Amino acid sequence: MSAVPVTLQRTVELEIDGEAVRAREGETILQACRRQGQDIPTLCYGETLTPVNACRVCMVEVEGSRVLVPSCARKVEEGMKVKTASERVRHARKMVLEFLGSSVDLSTTPSVDGWMAEYDARPERYGPPAPPAAAGERDHAAAGHHHAGDGQTAAHVAQPVKVDNELYVRDYSKCILCYKCVEGCGSDWQNTFAIAVAGRGFDARIATEFAVPLPDSACVYCGNCIAVCPTGALMFKSEHDHRKAGTWNESQQTQTDTICPYCGVGCNLTLHVQDNTIVKVTSPLDHDVTSGNLCIKGRFGFQHVQRRR
Amino acid sequence: MDRVTTSRRGRPRDRAVDQRVLSAAWGLLHAGGYAALRRAVELGPAGVIRELTDSKLLGRGGAAFPTGRKWDAVARQPIRPHYLVCNADESEPGTFKDRIVFEQDPFSVIEAMTIAAYATGSEHGYLYLRGEYPLAWERLVNAVTQARRHGFLGDDIMGQGLRFDIELRRGAGAYICGEETALFNSIEGFRGEPRNKPPFPVDAGLFQKPTVVNNVETLVNVLDIILEGGGHFAETGTEGSTGMRLFCVSGCVQRPGLYEAPFGVTLRDMVEMAGGVEPGRELKAILLGGAAGAFVGPEMLDLELSFEATRAAGVTLGSGVIMVLDDTVPLVPILLRIAAFFRDESCGQCVPCRVGTVRQQEALLRLADGRPRGSVDDEIALLDEIARGMRDASICGLGQTAANAIESAIRTLRPFAGAGAA
Repeated sequence: MSAVPVTLQRTVELEIDGEAVRAREGETILQACRRQGQDIPTLCYGETLTPVNACRVCMVEVEGSRVLVPSCARKVEEGMKVKTASERVRHARKMVLEFLGSSVDLSTTPSVDGWMAEYDARPERYGPPAPPAAAGERDHAAAGHHHAGDGQTAAHVAQPVKVDNELYVRDYSKCILCYKCVEGCGSDWQNTFAIAVAGRGFDARIATEFAVPLPDSACVYCGNCIAVCPTGALMFKSEHDHRKAGTWNESQQTQTDTICPYCGVGCNLTLHVQDNTIVKVTSPLDHDVTSGNLCIKGRFGFQHVQRRR
Repeated sequence: MDRVTTSRRGRPRDRAVDQRVLSAAWGLLHAGGYAALRRAVELGPAGVIRELTDSKLLGRGGAAFPTGRKWDAVARQPIRPHYLVCNADESEPGTFKDRIVFEQDPFSVIEAMTIAAYATGSEHGYLYLRGEYPLAWERLVNAVTQARRHGFLGDDIMGQGLRFDIELRRGAGAYICGEETALFNSIEGFRGEPRNKPPFPVDAGLFQKPTVVNNVETLVNVLDIILEGGGHFAETGTEGSTGMRLFCVSGCVQRPGLYEAPFGVTLRDMVEMAGGVEPGRELKAILLGGAAGAFVGPEMLDLELSFEATRAAGVTLGSGVIMVLDDTVPLVPILLRIAAFFRDESCGQCVPCRVGTVRQQEALLRLADGRPRGSVDDEIALLDEIARGMRDASICGLGQTAANAIESAIRTLRPFAGAGAA
């Protein structure tokens, strides 16, 4: 065994909700809070990704700061006084949840119902959702132009699901623009850069180059975007088909950890199996080989397992 | 009125004539050109920063940060290179001061940038000009070319061994790119989206290097500070706001235009300087500070225009916008226009701004239509909740201020008072 380099880590003392807390220098407020057992809601945060702090649901109040700060990105500082449940914090979280709930389909977002109740978020008070956009309409919205309407319906990102390949679907009605897929596809992991944010404001969307279908894009089908998507907007086609047919049943699924057989890297796979059929493949986020990432073979190449003669 | 910042600028000239003047040996013709840079070199970088600090110059872009402190912070950074950025992406509705500076005296900005570069140890500067300013662009390109040709930009400026050059960049029409960190992203070739702060630009700005980013008007003030001395400069204006300020007076006044006045003048002074409203009409409201600013009513005409007095009154000078509305102007369509503007210009990165600006517009549309959900008061309360969410939780100044003008109008001018509850 080689020697493990020892790095001296300084500790920082701060105050969270009136309680003195020690944290490691360089940690984020969120990490310090979670170690204290404080639960802070997060959507765009991913433990394997660079924080983009775009969703703003993890906001906390820091004494001396004019505005609230994103706990997922802000590093702890000596003497910092943090409030995680002040009226301002609760209001900001409530608004973010209402804004998302009234403009995006959160039906497959885990935990969100509990947060809605906890923060008294009532997305319905912005009115009924506007009718869904036609297929492709939002893909070509021009920056700086919008139809104002009469305000009686709440603008919504609803649109038909993009099913353009056999492996995964993109349901942008469920996209909260957390940027996680862009990061996973880009400089954080895959370095394929098949997708990026296009458009501006409410018309901003995740898109391939010139909004071409996935098979025509730079996508290599590693599925690392699906792995980080927090809302189910990106989904295995198998899961999508099951859900559509009403046969998706997570309580009946088993999860089996194994090692990918395709090459010598040794990626851990978690096979999600329903009715003796693999319906989804993930990799543990804390696995030191993959950090949750796979390639097309590990992620989607499981058909041979279930091809029975 | 003694004009300082605009003193070297003549009357707007015919475009063709102007080009000829500038392409001649402009340095000789140009009144006082480059005297400040010569003086700056005599003072040395630390001396320049001392004068800046003594002048108590505050940034003119809207945030009113002490310029001397910003320069000093970058000058002290051991990390190299340092970058200098001139933010000329003047996009705040009602603002046109930078455009006039560029159209009439582009050299003043180039000279001031050179001084800033000298003081902060930057060898590379970027000037990011709003895309919709073709004449300013033309003159700026010409001025930079001339400055290079005559040794005022390049590897050995004025034979002093001073190395600095300016790269010109044009915006592509996005308001968000005037936000300093979105501007950095835009220069770097990324999507124009603001970055989270901290880190601040003085620590990690353009290309993650220590960066000075200044507004055009801030930079132009530097020339006078160097020539007169910071102490002398600080004698003009008020205690907390020194020097002169450019005010963009527009709307229902008889002589709209760019006016320069010392800090401490009142709003009334400025409206009167611009000829006041037309005879027989009544001043109804003023949009102070731009679309990201606030509406004030005529009862605020005696407001002293300084950073400290406006802050105390809960309004802002912003980029120096004074947009006057008289009694012939219906307020509600203007509010709807402002709401549409912020919805269009939100970059879409963070939820509070991306969706908040839409919900704000929808609530206003319902109020304007006389078809509120619940009562008018319910809608106004909803607008207030949206505003608080955007102000507290948005990443950058765009979302944080997107509700200011609308909220202030509803509070002080009560455009929906008397509109019946549904």
